[in-house]
Amino acid sequence: MNLNPFALPLVQGHAMTTASPDDSVAAPSIQAAAPQVYAAASTNEIKIHAKDVNVFYGDKQALFDVNIDIPGKSVTAFIGPSGCGKSTFLRCINRMNDTIPTAKVTGVIDIDGSDVNAKSVDPVILRSRVGMVFQKPNPFPKTIFENVAYGPRIHGLATGKAELEAIVESSLKKAGLWNEVADRLHQPGTGLSGGQQQRLVIARAIAVGPEVILMDEPCSALDPIATARIEELIDELRNQFCIVIVTHSMAQAARVSQKTAFFHLGKLVESGSTEDMFTNPRDTRTQDYITGRFG
Amino acid sequence: MTDAAQPAVGSVRAPLTAQQVAMEARLKKRHRAETWFKAQGLAAIIVAMVFLVVLVGRIVGQGYSTFETHTLSVPVYLNPERIDTSDLEGVNYDYIVAEAMMKKLGVVDDDLGLVSGKVMDLTSRDLGFQLLNMLKADKSLIGKTITVTGPFKADADLYFKGEIKRSTPQEDRKLDDQQLNWLDQLKNDGSVKSGFNFAFFTHSDSTEPEQAGVLGAVVGSAMMLLITALIAVPMGVMAAVYLEEFAPKNRWTDVIEVNINNLAAVPSIVYGLLGLALFINWLHVPRSSPLVGGLVLALMALPTVIIATRSALKAVPPSIREAALGVGASKTQTVFHHVLPLAMPGVMTGAILSLAHALGETAPLLMIGMVSFVPGVPEGFTGAATVLPVQVFIWENASERAFHERTAAAIIVLLVFMIVMNAAAVILRRRFERRW
Repeated sequence: MNLNPFALPLVQGHAMTTASPDDSVAAPSIQAAAPQVYAAASTNEIKIHAKDVNVFYGDKQALFDVNIDIPGKSVTAFIGPSGCGKSTFLRCINRMNDTIPTAKVTGVIDIDGSDVNAKSVDPVILRSRVGMVFQKPNPFPKTIFENVAYGPRIHGLATGKAELEAIVESSLKKAGLWNEVADRLHQPGTGLSGGQQQRLVIARAIAVGPEVILMDEPCSALDPIATARIEELIDELRNQFCIVIVTHSMAQAARVSQKTAFFHLGKLVESGSTEDMFTNPRDTRTQDYITGRFG
Repeated sequence: MTDAAQPAVGSVRAPLTAQQVAMEARLKKRHRAETWFKAQGLAAIIVAMVFLVVLVGRIVGQGYSTFETHTLSVPVYLNPERIDTSDLEGVNYDYIVAEAMMKKLGVVDDDLGLVSGKVMDLTSRDLGFQLLNMLKADKSLIGKTITVTGPFKADADLYFKGEIKRSTPQEDRKLDDQQLNWLDQLKNDGSVKSGFNFAFFTHSDSTEPEQAGVLGAVVGSAMMLLITALIAVPMGVMAAVYLEEFAPKNRWTDVIEVNINNLAAVPSIVYGLLGLALFINWLHVPRSSPLVGGLVLALMALPTVIIATRSALKAVPPSIREAALGVGASKTQTVFHHVLPLAMPGVMTGAILSLAHALGETAPLLMIGMVSFVPGVPEGFTGAATVLPVQVFIWENASERAFHERTAAAIIVLLVFMIVMNAAAVILRRRFERRW
């Protein structure tokens, strides 16, 4: 347990999510219980701390000395033009870059004080703590139920059918999808609309009991109504999770986030509270980007 | 607005500018090229279809007559003088049958036995075997007259089917005029019946064409293919999964990949030589057995299975891998829970196509001694066996005309076997695709 700093919170986090099959009880309990695990957690507590992060794809350097603090229980938005490295940085947080053979990450990213790149950290455990939602909705070609149940099942989070069903129900409720799919849980998840699929994917991420949810342009493949629904959902979820969202839309960043970071050409140009960034950017590049002069 | 810019008033159509003329010419040329291309495609399809029809038509035309056969019913007097009850195996049943035939035809044997010899040329030895078996079961039949029904010799059968014609000069056919007269006589008195040739499916190879069937070859092919499938499919799929999903991309894996692609193009007879050296000379696997045949064909099918599986795995969208990794599935879980099941239809198709290819393979089997006369169903995986394509090869080389008819029939059986396999591939693919 000591060897792996990511093991303990996961198990505890789950015990409380799954304690009650009834979501109306379970949902508040996670909020109530969260401070027990992370005693000092509050909205402005720093959850993720990145220091001198450099990322190389082969010979090409994609990120240069990124330093940023990401607060827990709030939404942090990464903005910037295409190819600026914002997605690359996002993927460093749950080590998705491990899957790219040529990628090399240096520097330190710690979550609650433990380095995600440490040798003792198993990326599988890390990813169950740091969930991810991708640009294109990517439900498994299985039933809605199976999509959500897959994570808890492989992590052994439920000890029975009833418990698993409870996790699926509470996750779908948190993702605001329950009312739409309750009567067709055993139909293919790929049969849902794009927006519903994206919420299903969010439910799938929630089901594993993560503390951080990374979202890589979650609305770029959706229509405005579905986008609004997801943004609403993000706002609801920020009470329970540390959310990091990469977005192309500055308006979206302004709407959903409390903190914003602006990336340009692989460098973190500026970060700060969303309000400050949009009303009073310190860097001229930020100003130019926000006012639409490039990007 | 000047006159120059205005089209001439009154003219129905403004004269075309040089640019428009050129454009119209290009348009016409493009349409012509398109029509020509479509015509070429259509012609290619028509030519291909014609070849297919000719091929299938010729095989079926040559082979269908095998499925019909003529049987003779003849009352046989089991003469106690000719049957030594202490040595039933040693009795000349063929002569007893010939006697019965001569009686039926109203002829008597001469001193040299020429007449009985000619009569014996008409009926299959199967009749004699029937008598032996009957007597073995019940010796009280001796002295009685019983009716036996059995096939004609292949040449007589061919005469009834019209393959041997009376118009052919006597010297050029196997049966002389007298024999043909006898056959006509038998047909007229109603002792000849035509029917479906079940023997072709219940007998194995034989030196007598009317007794030869494909059972041994079909069973041999099935056993060999089972070995091939059990080795090539799991090994090929695992190798492909490892190479595609787990192996680091470096010079070694590049070398391996190039070699696998090259192996898929190696002539199959080379695999036969390899099998001869490796499995028979070194590992002492019994030659001519379904086991060694299956091993050789597995080697041959392996690269194809690997290539098909790898391309099926490549076709699985990366978003599925990311999704699985994103919820904390390990690499192995991602591959076996998500990627491989999604690639399964492609894997199945590739595997079954390469097995169908292996089924029709002849050359490597010749190298490992499978080209031998095996008059029975293989006795287990290490017993001597023959397989369908090799059976076709053996019969095609036989001198008797009736074997050529059977060659075509065996090809039909082989093709049906392949169609069944391909149908199985389609059904399996549908099943996997529907699995949610």
